[in-house]
Amino acid sequence: MSEEMKATRDGFGEALLQLGRDNKDIVVLSGDLEDSTRAEYFKKEFPERFFNLGIAEQDIAGTAAGLSKTGLIPFICSFAAFWANAFGVFRVSVCYNKCNVKIVGTHSGISVGPDGATAQALEDIAAMRVLPNMSVVWPADAYEAAKATKAIAAIDGPVYLRLGREAVPFVTDRDRPFVFGKADVLREGSDAAIIACGDMVSESVKAAEKLSREGIKARVINMHTIKPVDKEIIIKAAKETGAIVTAEDHQANGGLGGAIAEVLACGYPAPMEMVAVRDTFGESGTGEELLEKYGLKDVDIINAVKRAVSRKK
Amino acid sequence: MPEIKDLKEKARKLRMDILETIAGAGSGHPGGSLSCVEILIGLYFYKLKHDPKDPSWDGRDRFVMSKGHASAALYATLAACGYFPKEELKNYRKFGGMLQGHVYSGVPGVEFSTGSLGEGLSVANGMALGAKIKKKDFKVYCLLGDGEMQEGQVWEAAMTAAQHKLDNLCAIVDFNGVQQNGPVSKVKNEEPIAAKMKDFGWNVLDIDGHDIASVIKALDSFGSVKGKPAFIVARTIKGKGVSFMEGNPKWHGKAPDKEELSRALEEISGAKI
Repeated sequence: MSEEMKATRDGFGEALLQLGRDNKDIVVLSGDLEDSTRAEYFKKEFPERFFNLGIAEQDIAGTAAGLSKTGLIPFICSFAAFWANAFGVFRVSVCYNKCNVKIVGTHSGISVGPDGATAQALEDIAAMRVLPNMSVVWPADAYEAAKATKAIAAIDGPVYLRLGREAVPFVTDRDRPFVFGKADVLREGSDAAIIACGDMVSESVKAAEKLSREGIKARVINMHTIKPVDKEIIIKAAKETGAIVTAEDHQANGGLGGAIAEVLACGYPAPMEMVAVRDTFGESGTGEELLEKYGLKDVDIINAVKRAVSRKK
Repeated sequence: MPEIKDLKEKARKLRMDILETIAGAGSGHPGGSLSCVEILIGLYFYKLKHDPKDPSWDGRDRFVMSKGHASAALYATLAACGYFPKEELKNYRKFGGMLQGHVYSGVPGVEFSTGSLGEGLSVANGMALGAKIKKKDFKVYCLLGDGEMQEGQVWEAAMTAAQHKLDNLCAIVDFNGVQQNGPVSKVKNEEPIAAKMKDFGWNVLDIDGHDIASVIKALDSFGSVKGKPAFIVARTIKGKGVSFMEGNPKWHGKAPDKEELSRALEEISGAKI
């Protein structure tokens, strides 16, 4: 893990610009947040393919659905929290109609900090992944965000791309392959497996390093694609380690933890612990203060791994 | 230019098909289907560039039926155009059938699936904007219900179309004045609807939506004002053509039984046009 940090929204913004150069069918809609989401890099070079549709998430989602039916590939960009307003449109216009729309939600999770509960999307993974035809991707660092942006543009169908505001450490590198739908094992281990997403991947790597000093070998899996989830790697981890911990800056209900629990319960039940927000709204504070209060730090992952290991039969 | 008389005859047949289709299914929405008959006739038998033999022809005009509950009206129109055999209407809303309860894009000729009100105008905007970006000359039409205009998204979309000067878009509201539980004016009044849309930056026409000549004239005027989307307020009667259904909210979402169907068909077939 490098010392250098960069926000996933930055990796996205740069990749979106590159996509715009490579593919004339890429168009971008914004909910008046293009400076924050980094869609403005695209806007500056391709103003004729960029539209700020104002503070109107439902309309943006529907307009994108229509654009996609003319062969264009719309990326729609706002804060993750505000896409909740457009759920019905995602359900019928976008997903039922199998529209090739890429939904980008930045500033996700409690780590967004001072803006408080209304700006902290903690339920978007659950909401998006329940929709048929929708895929869900949550990259761990800026390199991966860039690769994911390109990968989802090449998929025909709706995709939700979840991004963060805060700079996060690099856990991958420029050359590491990103395969949509295939999780990435960042660290091998046989005592337990930590399956994480987004900003919690680097926390999981930190936790695994500390655990190794105590003699616990924890595997770290970066589940960048939450839907379709990589079932094979989950079952393999359960079989080989016998203890699973999930970690995400999102509600435990219905999120990454929920997705993994569904796979394990039906495929290979194993002791499992979830590191996630527990059915509560957030509050104002720095990202660090909130991650600590809501139990989303490396120490929380370490404790969860120990609990899961102690539950092995 | 087709004869108005022929179009009126088509409207009569369409009303009968709609009622038989809904009665056959045992459920559906006769009120709002009967009210938009002349609008659909004006579009599909006069205005729209389309080819029933090649439903995905790239140059076709796009039509988004935002009031997706009036699916029987659209399906019967498409069958009359020859998109699929009329026989198929017997499988409307039935298990394994193609004709889903609300407007469904798996049906040949249907551009977009709808059914959750308020969503279609944004989609039509997107198609119109897409045509401009891709420099295509097809036009986009959207049919809304008046009750549907209580949805906030419609007004978001109304602002978008004007802001982006979507003059290749024509929206029509089937203003039948009645929604599921009563008159629109008593539930959440929308009047003066024409003035509102004008204030939102649209080129607005207010017409008798059951007079085919007026519908055609209004559709023909679309495109005459550069830089503005077109909006047609089509004044209609819910359940038009069947005396016991007209203006009665009860017939928003209820199928006629055998006896009611035969009375309705008798009225329509015997009506002077």
